[in-house]
Amino acid sequence: MSAPVEAYITVSAILFFIGVVGVIVRRNPLIQLMSIELLFNSANLALVTFARSWANNDGHIFAFLVITVAAAEAAIGLAIVVIVFRKTTFVDVDEVATLKG
Amino acid sequence: MIGFVILALVMIGSALFTVTAKKPVYSVVGLLLNFIALAITYLTLHAEFLAVMQIVVYSGAILILFVFVIALLSSGTKPFEPGPNRMPRVLVPAVIFGLIGFGAIVAAVAGTVFTPATIAGATGEANVFGSVADFGTALFTRNLLPFEVTAFVLMVAIIGVVLLAGDETPSARRPPKRTREPISPPREPIAR
Repeated sequence: MSAPVEAYITVSAILFFIGVVGVIVRRNPLIQLMSIELLFNSANLALVTFARSWANNDGHIFAFLVITVAAAEAAIGLAIVVIVFRKTTFVDVDEVATLKG
Repeated sequence: MIGFVILALVMIGSALFTVTAKKPVYSVVGLLLNFIALAITYLTLHAEFLAVMQIVVYSGAILILFVFVIALLSSGTKPFEPGPNRMPRVLVPAVIFGLIGFGAIVAAVAGTVFTPATIAGATGEANVFGSVADFGTALFTRNLLPFEVTAFVLMVAIIGVVLLAGDETPSARRPPKRTREPISPPREPIAR
């Protein structure tokens, strides 16, 4: 461990909030999905850091499951983007207001 | 420590580039750099199997999926339009919530004293914490049920993607196959 735990967690928090800002500010759904991947990865970094800190494997297992769920989420999110683009030809989540949420 | 500082700067810089890039393709490149730096960071944390999985699954599968979708969507007549800039409208609440959340995390971390456990052996040696054998033993003995649930999650995702994007519209489905007319007249039932 080349740096203290606090440094890793701080980097993880910074990455997480960069991702949050990306989800909030950007309106391109592809970039929003990539920001969500950033969120997953920052959480993984925290998990792996604490796993190393406690010398316990469970953090690794949990990070592995997070990677799997991220793969499923990316596939479904991109499928939704594709079918929305087939109908509107304009990729902007503010334009997609059919459900009036 | 200097290596960690470099990795952290690369990760934060590439994340900022991902979020602020004009085109999604640039975001993919920034995200790729972020994932590679994160994989190296995993190596410094004795998580060598996860480092490999990070490269294989994220950079190899998920990012390629993003690239394919971008190529598919950009091949139409209309290219991506940046749209109006929403930054001024959401900047103040984003900064407020970001600082509150970040401050909470930093306060929670700063109030705790971490004493990292010492691990005998270096990264890459066999049967050390975080090696493939160690990870596999933990995954297939104590955590077998989560692993199998993972398979179920992936199967549901695949079925969902096929249902969502497989057929364009119900009317665009192929017409039902014409049934072949029987060449010979149907055989009469055998009288008994």
